[in-house]
Amino acid sequence: MAASRRCNVSSENLTVNDVKTPKIDINGKVDLIIQSKKHANDVFDVLEYLQSEKEKNVVCAIDGCTKLFSTLLERGELYVGQLPKEELLIGGDRSADEKYCMFMRHRYNGCLELLLEHISHESYQIKESALCALMQFASMEGKFPLQDLDWSEHYSFPRELIQAVVERLLSQEEDMALLISRFQEYLDMEDVRYYVMSSVRENVGRVMDKTKGAVMPIYQNNVFTLLSNINMPSQESELTNYLVKQEAKHEDWKAAKLKEHKRTFERLWLGFLKYKLPSSMYKKVLVILHDSILPHISNPTVMIDFLTAAYDVGGAISLLALNGLFVLIHQHNLDYPDFYKKLYSLLEPSVFHVKYRARFFHLANLFLSSTHLPVYLVAAFAKRLSRLALTAPPAVLLMVLPFICNLIRRHPACRVLIHRPSGADEACDDPYLMEEEDPSQCHALESSLWEIQTLQKHYHPDVATAAMAINKPLSQQEDAISELLELSTYELMERDLKHKQSKTVPLEFDPATQLLQGSGGVGVLGLNFSLE
Amino acid sequence: MGKPPKKKNLADKVRKTKTSTEIKNNPFEVKINRKKFDILGRKSKHDVGLPGVSRSKAINKRKETLLKEYKTKDKANKFIDKRFGEYDTKMDPEEKILQRFSMERQRTQDKKDMYNLNEEEELTHYGQSLSEMEKLNDMVDSDDDADEKGVLSAELTASHFGGGGLLRRKTQGEKDNGGNQRAKSRQELIEELILKSKQEKRERQNQKEESQVLTEKLDQDWKSIQGLLAHKNAPKADRLEEEDKPKLDEYDMMVRELGFEMKAQPSEKMKTPEEVAREERERLQKLEADRLRRMMGDVVEDCTKTQAHMSADDLNDGFILDGDEKPTLAYQVRDQAGSALSGKGPGRLCLVGEGTKLDGKWNINEEGAKIEGDDEEEGGEGESGEEESGGEEGSGEDSHSDLDSEQESEGGEEEVEEEEKDEEEKDEVPATKSQLSEEERKAQAEAAKTELPYTFKAPESYSDLKGLLQGHPADHQCIILARTQKCNHPSLAVGNKLKLQKLFGFLLEYVGELASRSPPELSTIDKIIPQLYGLCQLFPEAASKAMQTTLVDSAHRMEEVLEVKGRAAFPQLDMLIYLKITALLFPTSDFRHPVTTPALLYISQALTKCPVMSLEDVTSGLVLCCLAVEYISFSKRFCPELINFLLGVLHLAVQDKTSTGYSVVPPFRQNGKVSDLLVLSDPESSQTWSKKTLPLSATQTLTLTTDLDTDHYRLSAVATCMDLLKHCSSLYRELTSYSHIFQPITTLLSKHLPIKTYPAALQDLHGEILATISGSLTSRPLLVFQKKKPIPLKLFTPKIVEVLDYGKKRGNTKEEREKERLNHKYKKEFKGALREIRKDTRFLAREKLNEVMGRDAERKRKVKELFGSLATQEGEWKALKRRKNSRH
Repeated sequence: MAASRRCNVSSENLTVNDVKTPKIDINGKVDLIIQSKKHANDVFDVLEYLQSEKEKNVVCAIDGCTKLFSTLLERGELYVGQLPKEELLIGGDRSADEKYCMFMRHRYNGCLELLLEHISHESYQIKESALCALMQFASMEGKFPLQDLDWSEHYSFPRELIQAVVERLLSQEEDMALLISRFQEYLDMEDVRYYVMSSVRENVGRVMDKTKGAVMPIYQNNVFTLLSNINMPSQESELTNYLVKQEAKHEDWKAAKLKEHKRTFERLWLGFLKYKLPSSMYKKVLVILHDSILPHISNPTVMIDFLTAAYDVGGAISLLALNGLFVLIHQHNLDYPDFYKKLYSLLEPSVFHVKYRARFFHLANLFLSSTHLPVYLVAAFAKRLSRLALTAPPAVLLMVLPFICNLIRRHPACRVLIHRPSGADEACDDPYLMEEEDPSQCHALESSLWEIQTLQKHYHPDVATAAMAINKPLSQQEDAISELLELSTYELMERDLKHKQSKTVPLEFDPATQLLQGSGGVGVLGLNFSLE
Repeated sequence: MGKPPKKKNLADKVRKTKTSTEIKNNPFEVKINRKKFDILGRKSKHDVGLPGVSRSKAINKRKETLLKEYKTKDKANKFIDKRFGEYDTKMDPEEKILQRFSMERQRTQDKKDMYNLNEEEELTHYGQSLSEMEKLNDMVDSDDDADEKGVLSAELTASHFGGGGLLRRKTQGEKDNGGNQRAKSRQELIEELILKSKQEKRERQNQKEESQVLTEKLDQDWKSIQGLLAHKNAPKADRLEEEDKPKLDEYDMMVRELGFEMKAQPSEKMKTPEEVAREERERLQKLEADRLRRMMGDVVEDCTKTQAHMSADDLNDGFILDGDEKPTLAYQVRDQAGSALSGKGPGRLCLVGEGTKLDGKWNINEEGAKIEGDDEEEGGEGESGEEESGGEEGSGEDSHSDLDSEQESEGGEEEVEEEEKDEEEKDEVPATKSQLSEEERKAQAEAAKTELPYTFKAPESYSDLKGLLQGHPADHQCIILARTQKCNHPSLAVGNKLKLQKLFGFLLEYVGELASRSPPELSTIDKIIPQLYGLCQLFPEAASKAMQTTLVDSAHRMEEVLEVKGRAAFPQLDMLIYLKITALLFPTSDFRHPVTTPALLYISQALTKCPVMSLEDVTSGLVLCCLAVEYISFSKRFCPELINFLLGVLHLAVQDKTSTGYSVVPPFRQNGKVSDLLVLSDPESSQTWSKKTLPLSATQTLTLTTDLDTDHYRLSAVATCMDLLKHCSSLYRELTSYSHIFQPITTLLSKHLPIKTYPAALQDLHGEILATISGSLTSRPLLVFQKKKPIPLKLFTPKIVEVLDYGKKRGNTKEEREKERLNHKYKKEFKGALREIRKDTRFLAREKLNEVMGRDAERKRKVKELFGSLATQEGEWKALKRRKNSRH
């Protein structure tokens, strides 16, 4: 019956289409269905629109469906409980009302399926509408459950629906970042978040097991996006916002307990990080680890393995792992042997050029702010930094030079690096060993910071001035480097231009006659290049 | 006689009759003001007073003013003495009389002598013309004549009219010289006396006559000698006297001209070439010293702070010593130019004049080159011209070059023209050079130049400029720009300065467009450079602003790309050209410079953030490196990015990248897909390689068809890189961390670079660099702080504060003190005025009393008189009565 009906509708549809706009059509039909059971069959037309090619029609249909089924759910006109097969519907001895409810329930299920399909539609608008509709249904279902609530332990929450939505969201083929950010609105609700977290964990476990732990960039990216959008509450009292209100035994509900949230969150992350991640994902995780993951994990020490492994990777990943490690060391009493040795080995020329430079130096500043560090260690850091400064761009130098000066200020015993009156007369080679990995063996304390003296001849006036600081006893006050951390060359340039100009601009007095003429000293450009 | 006799009181009389010293010495006149304390060093004006004198003075003054007012009170009519200076007390009476007299004369003379041009005013004495009197004097025996006439006339009258004895006698008696009467006893005596006097008279007359004759003779003698004496002036003077008016005018004109002409000033002597060269050298040394000072910046010494940063331009303006040197230089040049021109004659077309002049100039430059480097000479001239024209914008400069050249050949001394010339010359030197370098094109160019208009409107927008320059060859564009610049010189009109300032911006934009065309028209840019330089010298502020904007815009674009992608593409060729132009226009060695410091930062940014993806990128990077080396070559400043980049480029040429003893710095990677860019595909290709300069256009598009070409290009890039390294290695020798800076490069060069496969030239270069690096000192003294300057001992000399007004100081701030002072003054004045008013009233009262007393006395007198007359009347009447009675 349904098939024939559908045919009729489609033929009818064409004629109707010419007469009315689909929107009015859909709305009219939805109203009719809601008004009386007579027009129940019009639901097919509405569902037909749901499959339409036109984006506008689909959106309208989704709205219509939302309205229709929400009303039906509210009225309880959808069949509750185990649903018999549709084929069996015609036969059997059921009352007309019951049949109607079953019929509608079947349509409702069909609608849900269509909507779930639409989540992976190519049009974002449809995706968004479908998602919203699904969440609306979820909320209605929570209020008017479609299952029998016979046993007392049951809390009404449309778990299956949420699970299905999550599965769709964590697509393996498509980047769902936009939709997930739309979904974040629902993630603010405690119960949704709780169930989403548990479904994501199941999903991740299932999917990753299927691929045997191989890297799946898109999927993992989606998971990460979803995870990073989860904002965990920090206090029990903040758990107030629910999609579905539970009348009975609210206190015992898992979704209402922060501890449960934390545990689920922890398991979720552990489940996610268990598998091999692409390196870009590694960095992303490490970037948010310290402030959006670690505080919400019930037992942060479980992250130690992950962090130490990351710290040993080297390069930028190590730099990033540093932050998480810092939290663990600082707040959770982690004893990391050779931490400073490791930190020392992280100092490489590239450290001045990476994106996470500011974060690294912020942390390094923190680590080295302790006054209980041995002098040789601080001297080694100062010496190594100044050696590396020979390859650094000016914006970094403006930060590193005060950094080194601060080190010497905190540890007055390091002053010999810039002031050794005993050996003032004799010249010597630099005893510092750059290749030595152990700071205690690198003879930094016997050396001097000639590199900074070299930088006094740096081309940028501010750098040269900053380097001049070592010529005189350092002032007691430490330099504030926090605002220098993020300085970029362009900002430096702008600063130069804003620099109040002297009355006159000095000019070159050698008159220029040709393009490749040498300026200042030799015309290197003219020697090596020709005007072609 | 005109003045009413002054009524003087006793005191006045005393005062008038006695001299001031007499008064001062008179103890009754003097009042000594007793001082409470004697203060050393203070002179008091009022220790001695003369109350009598001052009182009489005050009374007199009142009499003259207050009393007069009182007298004329309630009177409508007033007697005004309109004689000149009557009420002017400042004038001396003699002066007054003189003035009045002259005014009188003027009044009478004005109308009569209106048309009498040469006549002098007639002088009179007692109303008689002095000249007439002189004439009379000149007349011989005029006195006698008059005398005798007088006598004769008396006699005549006597004889004619017969005359009475009384009358005759009377006249003779009066005259006292009649004396012909023998009737009296003393007749002989008198006769004798008369004779004597007559004789005396005659003698005197003779004497006079003689002297007259002598004088006349002397005059004549003088006249004959005068001709001889004033022989030099004579002809003109004679002519002047002889000939008619026009000639005289001419002479007058000459005289006046000479009078008005500037006095001959001591001019500098012509300088020998050695002197000129020395001065030029001194000037350059001075500029160089200034550059060094700026290079040191304000970090080294505090003295630089007190010395304001001055541009090279400014320095020269203040550089007074230059004043005598520059014109001389120009003069010499001009002189020669003039001689070069002299064959052409004065009457020639403007254009031809310009052309020939150019040739002349060029020759001069060559001559100058014998003295010093050609460039330096040109520089000197250009510089001086530029700077002076900058300073003297007000001086009228015109573009009539033929007029200038005429004056020039005549050797006119006006500086303005000189400078203008210099500037012109500077502008056109490059153009001429190109003309001369291609002789066959010269005539053609000349012809084409005639087709170009001579005046151009300053372009209002960039499209205007493009329209102006479109379709002209590079030389012509240069000429057009030069002419535009001249036609719109700031001194010619008010808005020109702004126009030319804008022109600089447009030119920059134009250069950018030329550079971004494909293929880039770099030779045109090359020609425009002098124009840019000239404009920049004229308007340093505008030029620096335009350059800064260009740099910042590009840097901003790069920054935006960096934020999105984390890396950026190498700057386009136009930016490279801009950076090069920056280095040409502004000093790169300054410690901090508003343009070159950002430019260097831009280079650094490009070298650190732009990954090398292709051979084009390698070329761009190498150009940037070259620029960086040029920027820092003078100041020898350390540029880490430069070394990093060179290391990275060489790393591209290393074949085996697995185990290196060095680490490259981003944007390079230890190994990656483009890290083999400079590895030779076939080592054999180095056999056929020869050192060539890389084309600048290769930064944009590089078309290398064969592997051999590519390999050659690679070798050239490596050669350039090594050349730059050589420069760097010698530049940074002084740095303390020299060995550490070059340590990775040494490792790379000695161990990893496949130098064996490279041609011999490169191997030599390679050896040279390594030798330079290894030859440096690795040991240096340990660091110590700079020795502190000893703190000077405290000095106990008193602190001297300038005190401007003595006495009590109330109030602290300047305003308060001022207010206090004014208050005090007001009080004093108020009291003084009050006192004066009181004195006035007292004086008036006294006067009134006097008046009343006078009136009373008069009345009394009159009453007395009346009583007297009445009494006499009564007496007479009574007497009469008595007589009557007695008669009766």
